[in-house]
Amino acid sequence: MILNDLRKALRQNIRDYTMYFLLFVIMAVFTAMTRGLFMSSRNIANLMNQTGYIAVLAVGMTLVIVIRHIDLSVGYLAGFIGAATAIAMTRWGMPGWATIPFALLLGAAAGLVTGFLVARLGIPAFVATLAGWLIYRGLLLMVTMKTGTIIIPDAFFNAIGNGYIPDVFPSESAFLPGLHKLTLLIGLAAIALFSASQIRARKSKQGYGFEVLPLPVFAIKLAFMAFVIGYITWIFAGYNGMSWTAVIVIVVVVVFHFVTTKTVLGRHVYAVGGNPEAAELSGISVKKITFIVFAAMGSLAGLAGVLYASRLQSATTKAGEMFEMDAITAAYIGGVSAGGGVGRIAGSLVGAIVYMSLTSGMNLLSVDISLQYIVRGVVLAAAVIFDVQTRKRRG
Amino acid sequence: MENVRTMSDHILEMRGISKSFPGVKALSDVTFSVRRGEIHCLVGENGAGKSTLMKVLSGVYPHGDFQGDIALDGEVRRFRHIADSEKAGIAIIYQELALVPEMSVYENLFLGHEIRKGSLVDWNATIHQSVALMKRVRLVADPSTKVKDLGVGKQQLVEIAKALSRNVRLLILDEPTAALNEDDCDNLLEILRELKAEGVTSIMISHKLKEVIRIADTVTVLRDGRTICTLDARKGEVSEPVLIKHMVGREIDNVFPPRSKKPGDEVVLEVEGWNAWDRALGRQVLKDVSFKVRRGEIVGFAGLMGSGRTELARSLFGNPDGYRVEGAVRVESTAADFRSPADAIGAGMAYASEDRKRNGLVLIQDVKQNVTLANLRAISKGGVVDSNAEVKVAEDYRKALNIKTPSIDQKVVNLSGGNQQKVSVAKWLFVKPKVLVLDEPTRGIDVGAKYEIYTIMNKLVEEGMSIVMISSELPEVLGMSDRVYVVSAGRVAGELPVAEATQERVMELATS
Repeated sequence: MILNDLRKALRQNIRDYTMYFLLFVIMAVFTAMTRGLFMSSRNIANLMNQTGYIAVLAVGMTLVIVIRHIDLSVGYLAGFIGAATAIAMTRWGMPGWATIPFALLLGAAAGLVTGFLVARLGIPAFVATLAGWLIYRGLLLMVTMKTGTIIIPDAFFNAIGNGYIPDVFPSESAFLPGLHKLTLLIGLAAIALFSASQIRARKSKQGYGFEVLPLPVFAIKLAFMAFVIGYITWIFAGYNGMSWTAVIVIVVVVVFHFVTTKTVLGRHVYAVGGNPEAAELSGISVKKITFIVFAAMGSLAGLAGVLYASRLQSATTKAGEMFEMDAITAAYIGGVSAGGGVGRIAGSLVGAIVYMSLTSGMNLLSVDISLQYIVRGVVLAAAVIFDVQTRKRRG
Repeated sequence: MENVRTMSDHILEMRGISKSFPGVKALSDVTFSVRRGEIHCLVGENGAGKSTLMKVLSGVYPHGDFQGDIALDGEVRRFRHIADSEKAGIAIIYQELALVPEMSVYENLFLGHEIRKGSLVDWNATIHQSVALMKRVRLVADPSTKVKDLGVGKQQLVEIAKALSRNVRLLILDEPTAALNEDDCDNLLEILRELKAEGVTSIMISHKLKEVIRIADTVTVLRDGRTICTLDARKGEVSEPVLIKHMVGREIDNVFPPRSKKPGDEVVLEVEGWNAWDRALGRQVLKDVSFKVRRGEIVGFAGLMGSGRTELARSLFGNPDGYRVEGAVRVESTAADFRSPADAIGAGMAYASEDRKRNGLVLIQDVKQNVTLANLRAISKGGVVDSNAEVKVAEDYRKALNIKTPSIDQKVVNLSGGNQQKVSVAKWLFVKPKVLVLDEPTRGIDVGAKYEIYTIMNKLVEEGMSIVMISSELPEVLGMSDRVYVVSAGRVAGELPVAEATQERVMELATS
């Protein structure tokens, strides 16, 4: 009985669960092959910090693909904005804390330019952003021409990509020695919040007499999610705790997840992606939505630029190279559909983690870069093939 | 011996065909026989299984995907894909035409089986043969015209010519006249008769029973995936009441439901001297159009396809096509200047478009998302959608309009045409409009669903809403409207109170 319910619930959301399953398999395989090194706290912490900028870009790219466009310019835009913040700090004396709003605004402005080309002038996004790709690449080279790599000395700035949140209790205390207590507390709070919101949603649905998951299945789902969140925080807590990068990524994902699933704006974005003409006739301005999505993408590119520059503690002439392709790959692994109107923010985060896990795991195993590219390509193709097949079956 | 003779009489016999989709039995034990050289019409409500049956025949669903036998000329055939059935001389022409709009007529005619000279395409021979094919289907056009520059009626003829170029023996037409005006319909039916004289057998799926009666030698009625009966027109077995009775399994006494209330006097929508120019094509699409709509009134807009009725509705509804427009619009005596559909909706207008799949619904989204799409603000607070309120709204409309769907979480793409149309109507009712414009509200939907739509329309006007109905089906316009405007070539050719409007009078104006 429970098994049947469970199977039904799984089948209805097969695409979502498969992605988690894929992630689990990748992690299990690498853990076995590296004798546990892959799942070590230290490696996972590093992995998350490396995933940061791709995850942030993938979130924006998902929205762009949902409204049937593409943005090729974001890689070098991120690189250019990273360099711009470096210059702002080293030459104009901008304080480290101001770089994030600075990068977000600069990115949004760049996104609005793209939006203008696409929505107002009707230029295909592929072409408009290819032009952007060239222009931002040129701008990046131009601003770093005299200096080459710009070293960033600002401690606050460099902590964004390398630092960890402070602990409230000293780590030498007798209680749980060697573990990061604040991280554990955050994990517990997350579990509590998640469970409470799920239970509330279920109750409210029952109040209207709607169909809900059977109680045992619901309990299993809750317990499973609690375990996953708990396990991740446990691993984080075993090293330096939660990194600032992880905090930023979580904030971005939570905000965008909320906007896309709960707000009028989010619903308009998916309607425009699903059928732009029907959306327009329903009183939604397709142009406005296009502007907003490209501006959001630009802002996230700015943030990604900050994350990357901070991670390297410098702005380099090659920053941003291929980022756009990584982000597109992560979005597609995460289940976005090129046909428009389909794709979830949580999916793109998992897609980014899957993608970076592959890279990290293969690096640990010293797999040659040539083979790495091939493996990544196969995983991308497999994810999309699976996507197309499951969609077809459900008709 | 008797058996062998009847078998060779039949070009096609489908026996005991059953086909299931997950959760639905689309066809159960269907028998369908077509005699050589006849025009055989296949009728039934939406979801009766007509299209599924034709897909089984053409190999879209390969052998093994269904139960039962298909025999051509008495010989059992197993089609694995469409190419197999094409080779056997079967051609299907779907409602959505399979032509390449950017290519010329002659390129389309021989697309996929080009005439070759060595390894190159022999364009001269192609054009030469195209002219002959076009003559056969009476298509008057330059063979080098791009298909996108032809009207729908002529595009249909290109499809038929294309089938002929492949030596078709069994031509299947799925709702060929749904998008055609009366002249094009007549022309098409005439061509089917000529092809019959040449020995081509045709199967025609149609909702238009008058046409069926005009053209069919034999009619098979499907209902709920079963063969109900096969009627022989030459024995006088086919008539409209008989067909409707078999299709719906019940008698419909009144095709149009009665209305209890008269319209009011107050003018809700007034348009004066409305002109529109299509910038891209550089031509005037609407000329000096004026009309009025009163509270609680159904105003019909009749006219031929391409007369400008849809252009009129869209240009008034916030002008999404970007025409250059000129003229005065007043909603409840307040001058209006709609810059976008959003403005028009805000002022109390709603427009349910004529092509619900292309620009009416978001097919990949579910029923509730489509119902609330145009008025999400009503169920949101601070920009956050209240999903419980949304479900409640959608459930209410599902019940009120009797939308047949397993649940409101079902994707709209999986619903039948009539139920999709109800979802589209529900979406517009939820914006609580003063004036609801319905563009071809019953196109491609079955008799039962039509009656339900009419009933809903009557209820709405009795509650004080005003409805503008654009329709190419004259009986519908005359049966439902209080007043009728006839549009012809972008002008209002005449206004008739319904008592004076006869089919003849309207057609006279429409062709003026």
